[in-house]
Amino acid sequence: MGLDVLSLNYTLSIVMAGSFILGISSGVLSSFAVLRQQSLLGDVISHAAFPGITLAFLWMMTKDPLGLFFGALVSGWIGTLLVKSIVTYTKLSMDTAFGIVLSVFFGLGIVLLSYIQRLPTSDKAGLNSFLFGSASTLLLQDLIVMGLFCFIILVFLGLFWKEFKLLTFDTSFMSSMGFPVAKLDMLLTILLVMAIVLGLQMVGVVLMSAMMIAPAAAARQWTSHLGLMVFLAGFIGLLSGCIGTLVSNAIPQVSTGPMIVVVISIMVIISLVFAPHRGLVCNWIKGYYHRVNIRANSILMNMLLFSESKTDPYHCHQLSALVAIGRGPSLRTMLQLKRQKLVQNPQDDLWGFTELGYKKALTLKKSLYSQSHEH
Amino acid sequence: MSIEQLSIIGLASLVSISCSLCGVYLVLRRLALISDAISHSILLGIVCSFFIVHDLNSPLLILGATLTGVLMVYLTEILVASKRLKKDASIGLVFPLFFSISVLLINLFAADIHLDQDSVLLGEIAFTPFRLLTIWGYNLGPASLWVMGGILVLNVVFISVFYKELKLTTFDHGLAAMLGFFPAYLHYAFMAMVSITAVGAFESVGVILVVALMIVPPATAYLLTNRLFPMMILSIVFGLASSLLGYSMAFYLNVSIAGSMAVMTGILFLLVFLFSPSQGLIMKFLTFQQQRILFSTNMLLIQLLEHEGTKTEKTENTVSNLIVHMKWTFKFANSIVSYALEKGFIQRHDDRLLLTSFGREKAKRVIVMDA
Repeated sequence: MGLDVLSLNYTLSIVMAGSFILGISSGVLSSFAVLRQQSLLGDVISHAAFPGITLAFLWMMTKDPLGLFFGALVSGWIGTLLVKSIVTYTKLSMDTAFGIVLSVFFGLGIVLLSYIQRLPTSDKAGLNSFLFGSASTLLLQDLIVMGLFCFIILVFLGLFWKEFKLLTFDTSFMSSMGFPVAKLDMLLTILLVMAIVLGLQMVGVVLMSAMMIAPAAAARQWTSHLGLMVFLAGFIGLLSGCIGTLVSNAIPQVSTGPMIVVVISIMVIISLVFAPHRGLVCNWIKGYYHRVNIRANSILMNMLLFSESKTDPYHCHQLSALVAIGRGPSLRTMLQLKRQKLVQNPQDDLWGFTELGYKKALTLKKSLYSQSHEH
Repeated sequence: MSIEQLSIIGLASLVSISCSLCGVYLVLRRLALISDAISHSILLGIVCSFFIVHDLNSPLLILGATLTGVLMVYLTEILVASKRLKKDASIGLVFPLFFSISVLLINLFAADIHLDQDSVLLGEIAFTPFRLLTIWGYNLGPASLWVMGGILVLNVVFISVFYKELKLTTFDHGLAAMLGFFPAYLHYAFMAMVSITAVGAFESVGVILVVALMIVPPATAYLLTNRLFPMMILSIVFGLASSLLGYSMAFYLNVSIAGSMAVMTGILFLLVFLFSPSQGLIMKFLTFQQQRILFSTNMLLIQLLEHEGTKTEKTENTVSNLIVHMKWTFKFANSIVSYALEKGFIQRHDDRLLLTSFGREKAKRVIVMDA
């Protein structure tokens, strides 16, 4: 179906551009949210933005995207300020403050929405789509506003890259260098709010939080370098945005937001399992080779112990004799050592060092000896 | 008041009491957002069990939902244990996935039944009076009342049986483990309890407003007391108050009932946040002002004592010098001086300030206290 779908019509090209913008901006900022352990702040902001959208609609009585975005921005921002002041001034913990702001703001949004639905205006239909997201209601004017927000985010990120990096990893060092930490923190949070608000129409209030975690969580598995992580997260966000939108466009009754979340969750699972270095498969393989190596080394050491009682270090022993002194020399490990030309077996069941193996055993012993004397 | 309204109010009260009871422990154990995650995840259980039994009123739905809630908690803990993701990120990844899958399943296979997106988010408390429980032809009233009543009884039994254990594991996890109380088992039992309550409440108020009823009343109560039992009572009171006030607001403005209940919990929280005698913003501000004045007066007395009888006394112990050396504003210096005058610590001769004998004693005490 590939080319079929890609032979774009007008609506689809707008939708694709939208998911492109959404993917980049949320991917890029999710990196900072996840690394600063603010993953769930995204959930709070997206819910807190909802009453802003409904209030802005009540104010203007049209769905002018800039106004709606602005309303969402302001109310999301008020939500984060409230979280901060609850945590600062009371004994309530951060997650309780999150829970309070998230649910009460959303409740307010629902109340306003139910009020709007009774109004006789004709333009109210699309507001529902802010709950679960709907890509098909995206218009060119929405796209322009989204692009504008995304551009602002990227410009600020470029300008303050060094500061944001420091803010993410070492705030105390940063404040000792004389940077205005609180102000930069505020700036980064505003950018976060912008990225969330930008995606609300496509992904919806309820699931936007996943977009602020998943791209970074996936990207984090592939790299430990911030720049690369931000780039990768942006790419992963973009890719899953596009795939999710395409699929939900192809199956008409499917909502866009949940589809994008499912796609991006699959990306996270793939990353968790298959990424090099941190991936589970890679870890398992590394552990396997580690175990094999330890087994081989311990056999070499045992053989050396045997050889030291003889004048000839290359004297051969039976496997059963080797089994008797140490744990687990199996035929498999011996064969593997033989492949590496570390041992020889001139006859059946008689095993002895090669020259190479003897040297290796001596170096092993030396390194073990120096290690045990360091402690 | 009509019987319909009474049954709605009754249900709202049952929901808010059950939620408050669970919520107290959620807030104290710092698991507030787990309730958000659980309430989103149980939908998957409801949808899956619905595909098995094809009946929205089957008790199997509650069982399935509870299981998915516990499964979600287990999955996040596995993710955290793998050390690839932090706890908040793990929670934030698992529950949107569960929720998305269930919404997609509803979209694809259940479009014709009444399990639709909006009822998932908003709840259907307004339909309570119209779904009646009939057994052998007898009309026993609204079904949700019975279900939620059962859940409330379950909650009360669970909390009263395990009161001691819950209290201990909440406040001292290490000690509980050492004394052999199996805090991990209790944790999962509690998570199951939260899931059951969320399932019951979800039908009436929807996924997200469950969180409001679970978290906000206990948080409000926590600002007023430090004792567990009074906190439970207070949060039940706040929960009941917000559901009743919320219902009347919804009735008079003709808006969403569940939303109004959430808004009311928020308003009550805001009032307590401002006016609580120990934690309230206003009280904190007043205490701060008071302490600022006391501290500054002490500073003034020490300054006067230090320079008393020295050559520079005439220039040092003046109001104008306070402005220069203490970096006080003119207004603040004057208010401190008049406070000290009023207390009888100092005397004032034009610009110059002199300690009284009482003030001298006080200044010496302050210095010794500091040393």
